[in-house]
Amino acid sequence: MSGIIVVTNNFVRDIKDNQGGSLLKWIDYQAPESVADAVKILADSDGKARPLAGGTDLIVQLRVKDPRVNAETVVDIKKIPELNQMDYDKSGGLTIGAAVPLHLIYNNPDVIKHFPAIIDSASLIGGTPIQGRATLGGNLCNGAPSGDSIPNLVAHKVIATVAGPNGIREIPVEDVCTGPRQTSIDSNELLVSLYFPNPGEGFGANYIRFIPRNEMDIAVAGAGVSVNISNGKFVDARVCLASVAPKPILVEGASKALVGQPVNDESIQNAAEAAREAASPISDMRGTAEYRKHLCEVLTRRALNTAIERAGGN
Amino acid sequence: MTTTDYDPNVVLSTENDFKVVGTRPVRHDGVDKVTGRAIYGADYDASGLLHGKILRSPHAHAKIISIDTSKAEALDGVHAVVTAADFPEAADKIMELGEDETKLRDLRGNILARDKVLYVGHAIAGIAATNAHVAEEALSLIEVEFEVLPSVMTTDEAMADGAPILHEDQTTEELGDDSGVVSNVAKHFQHIKGDIAEGFKQADVIVEREYNTVTVHQGYIAPHNGTAFWSADGRLHIWCETQGSFVVRDSLADLLDMPVSMIRVTPTEIGGGFGGKIPIYVEPVAALLSKKTGTPVKIVMTRKETFEGSGPTPGSKIKIKVGATKEGKITAAHAWMAMEAGAYAGSPVGAAAQCVFAAYDLENGLIDGFDVVVNKPKTAAYRAPGSPNAAFGFEQALNELAEKLGMDPIDLRLKNVATEGTRRVDGPVFQRIGAKEVLESMREHAHYLSEKQEGSGRGVAIGFWFNIGFDSACNIALNKDGTVNLTEGSTDVGGSRTSIAMQAAEVLGISAEDVRPSVVDTDTIGFTAVTGGSRTTFATGWAAYEAAQDVKKQCITRAASIWDVDPDHLQMEDGIISSKTDSELKMTIKELAAQLSDTGGGITGRASVKPRGVGGSFCGNIVDLSIDQETGKITIDRFTAIQDAGKALHPSYVEGQMQGGSVQGIGWELNEEYFMSDEGKMNNTSLLDYRMPTALDLPMIDTVIVEVANPGHPFGVRGIGEANIVPPTPAIANAVYDSCGSRITQLPMSPGSILEALKS
Ligand SMILES: Cc1cc2nc3c(=O)[nH]c(=O)nc-3n(C[C@H](O)[C@H](O)[C@H](O)COP(=O)(O)OP(=O)(O)OC[C@H]3O[C@@H](n4cnc5c(N)ncnc54)[C@H](O)[C@@H]3O)c2cc1C
Repeated sequence: MSGIIVVTNNFVRDIKDNQGGSLLKWIDYQAPESVADAVKILADSDGKARPLAGGTDLIVQLRVKDPRVNAETVVDIKKIPELNQMDYDKSGGLTIGAAVPLHLIYNNPDVIKHFPAIIDSASLIGGTPIQGRATLGGNLCNGAPSGDSIPNLVAHKVIATVAGPNGIREIPVEDVCTGPRQTSIDSNELLVSLYFPNPGEGFGANYIRFIPRNEMDIAVAGAGVSVNISNGKFVDARVCLASVAPKPILVEGASKALVGQPVNDESIQNAAEAAREAASPISDMRGTAEYRKHLCEVLTRRALNTAIERAGGN
Repeated sequence: MTTTDYDPNVVLSTENDFKVVGTRPVRHDGVDKVTGRAIYGADYDASGLLHGKILRSPHAHAKIISIDTSKAEALDGVHAVVTAADFPEAADKIMELGEDETKLRDLRGNILARDKVLYVGHAIAGIAATNAHVAEEALSLIEVEFEVLPSVMTTDEAMADGAPILHEDQTTEELGDDSGVVSNVAKHFQHIKGDIAEGFKQADVIVEREYNTVTVHQGYIAPHNGTAFWSADGRLHIWCETQGSFVVRDSLADLLDMPVSMIRVTPTEIGGGFGGKIPIYVEPVAALLSKKTGTPVKIVMTRKETFEGSGPTPGSKIKIKVGATKEGKITAAHAWMAMEAGAYAGSPVGAAAQCVFAAYDLENGLIDGFDVVVNKPKTAAYRAPGSPNAAFGFEQALNELAEKLGMDPIDLRLKNVATEGTRRVDGPVFQRIGAKEVLESMREHAHYLSEKQEGSGRGVAIGFWFNIGFDSACNIALNKDGTVNLTEGSTDVGGSRTSIAMQAAEVLGISAEDVRPSVVDTDTIGFTAVTGGSRTTFATGWAAYEAAQDVKKQCITRAASIWDVDPDHLQMEDGIISSKTDSELKMTIKELAAQLSDTGGGITGRASVKPRGVGGSFCGNIVDLSIDQETGKITIDRFTAIQDAGKALHPSYVEGQMQGGSVQGIGWELNEEYFMSDEGKMNNTSLLDYRMPTALDLPMIDTVIVEVANPGHPFGVRGIGEANIVPPTPAIANAVYDSCGSRITQLPMSPGSILEALKS
């Protein structure tokens, strides 16, 4: 394989933090330049290799020796061309490579023009330094119930393209997360890109989250929504919630409450209540279950109102 | 930059004929700090350095049946393991730690648990290994057998009949006498002035309420750390971040039963303390490990260890009853305060008692204080320790009283304000103080006079800290270019190096930049007490003043000998020595400095002081906030802090302290808390989940410096580091009430709890 840097264990072992502790467990670093090479490394590693996109989750997890991340090799995917693409196609769809950092996404003219609502989460995750590295792919593949971009992606009906030893497959993003920090992408597979289909006429979307502070916090609850509005009626709608279940949840009841209904406070409230009902949060230091359910209602209502405004529907 | 139609930072000066005092020079340590060159404790390195880690209790309360360290000792890379058994036996005694005092036996028990662990995070054993990785792995090889005991987490639980007892040998000190009763209440004390029963009879309105606060941490950015080297000649050298290098030295001397002269403590730069870096934690463990290994050993806590294994400030229960006549004259007040000491006696309830009623001239007052042990980390000082808890109760009760009386809350306070000559309920009689001036400038401030924004609430409150004096030393040597080297022993947490240097510069008539201040180790300067109690600028500044006077006197004497005149005929003003009678005789300090060596040698001034004229400081807040009615989230829209500095030596530093104290108070109020599990474990041991406010959660904090000179200091200085954290908690609570009509009596005011209040 070409272009693979293998750093010896001893070298990494010597990278110390100022407490004399190792910043990292001794792990190998590889940087393949093609999808095929990356998949091969993953497949040959018996589940002990991890793709490294921005590393803003992975490196932190390795540093605190998170037992769920038992990596002996990190596979840096930033040198693979397909994973760095940003392509607006003739059909009106947009492909964003899995290694594209957030700052390139929210500064991209096609994104700004055609998919501005994805900026809601892209510009929310971390701060400027984090956004210089972090990716949508990493946010999705990390599979945190609180991942801010996931409801935003689900609301955009994004399709994930995944490469594995048996070739390429496509998964709707709502089917990627299966549980807390668990995904349907196998350890020998690689997310190549995210495809945003043409959203159609009268489209508007929004993602908002609630945090007690205004920065440096994990969503107590989050709501990503989208609507298509025609002649004062919802022709399509999606509501996806973060942080209120073991995985982000697509609220079917909210779509039902909206589609075919006129755009008014009543239909919006019905959708908000469906979101509240769909949520199955836990009580913890970030908020009680009851409070989180309440927030789902509030956030869904607020996000829908913004999405409707963006759709030009109100 | 935002622009305002008023001046956001005002200094209300009563006196201004100083050259250096009252100006804003660049801090001497500034460049090193902003360029990352400054050396902090965790930066310390040495050849052969070993890294230490500490095994901590997973249980809130348990007997230690046995500790087996053999497997850990056998691990490759492990050099030594120590436990409480490695401390020498020594008789118990009371140790003064500056703002705190503690029993030697308790301090030792807190550093390494002997028979029992008393909180999750309680240190049990220390390991030194070639690196922290190995040390950490070795921790899991130490086998400790526990017998888990039921625990108590709050004063209510701890004071209940039949509560599990932390210390079988602790009997309650009841109003000064040993009651002989074994209990978690270490002490119950009272301060009485007048007769409250009589006072309440005269009251037309009475407010009575209970308030509860929870454990919060200072949140300094640098975790505790220390490096120890026990040399072959028996001398122990410590490098650490501390608020008092002499406290570290003296505590270690007691703990290790060795003379102070055998211990040298070098304070590094310090990444915050706020009172929390007065006690010692890791230094003695590093020392014992170094003694065993013969090499330097460094221990640096993690954030989790800092939360679980250092000293936060307590949760508390405060009951207030206060009555007044229709005209707003307070006739009686009672404060009942129980504070969690943590695992060992010594909560700040005593200090709270000195502050709770301090701003007011009360005829009849009663203060009951309870110092209660619970299964949480031993509390430590935190910026005006105890006073914010007390104010959260009393300053809310006063606003409630004002509402009942139909009075403006500031007018009610002014009507009862303490002034020079007022005797506090806890005894002391005030010298000149600025409570009245602070309240008056609050009432006149553009913020208070402005219209509230639609939907927002406004609150006010004031707070007090008494400040302390204590010992300080300073040496000043004149260089041949006319600059001076100033050495002192107050570790610099808030810019004190510069404010101390400025006082020497003022006396010598030179610029602040011509003074090179250094904070030196315990072998190099005379005894200097902690940087705490807002004493440093006051007391070490006084030492610098005296040492500079000594230099000045010697300059005059030297000039007299050069000119062959009577020194009584000479004077030194603005750095120029001149004759009072002969206008030809004139020389700058720089000209004199250049000839020192030829005219008899160098000049060094020195002073050791223990000043008594401490002046307490009052701080007031005006707060506007709005509440998201659907989520309960509070946004602080406008915040003004007004404090009496006596004399603001360096106004930017004073403003910085006022803003910093305000921010910590806001955090305490809004989201900070030790979120405890049912098993007594803190769940939110990271700065992600221990929610201190970020810059985005705060408005600009406007300041007004009031200057009511302290007659007990040559420049009128009062300490200003602490009083500013006191008023935010009640001021915000009062603003919440103004906004939504609910009295919040339980901290923190997190969004969920505010939403509950909005619903009811
Ligand atoms: C200070 C800070 C603030 C943060 N704030 C937020 C926030 O506000 N909201 C939020 O949601 N998150 C936040 N995060 C978490 C993190 O930044 C985001 O989840 C980010 O989107 C992760 O992207 P990444 O490219 O850095 O992922 P990485 O860390 O590189 O990867 C994350 C996981 O995904 C896997 N992975 C990455 N790429 C692929 C791929 N192509 N195929 C298969 N698996 C892959 C990795 O193996 C790893 O398990 C924050 C993190 C930090 C450090």
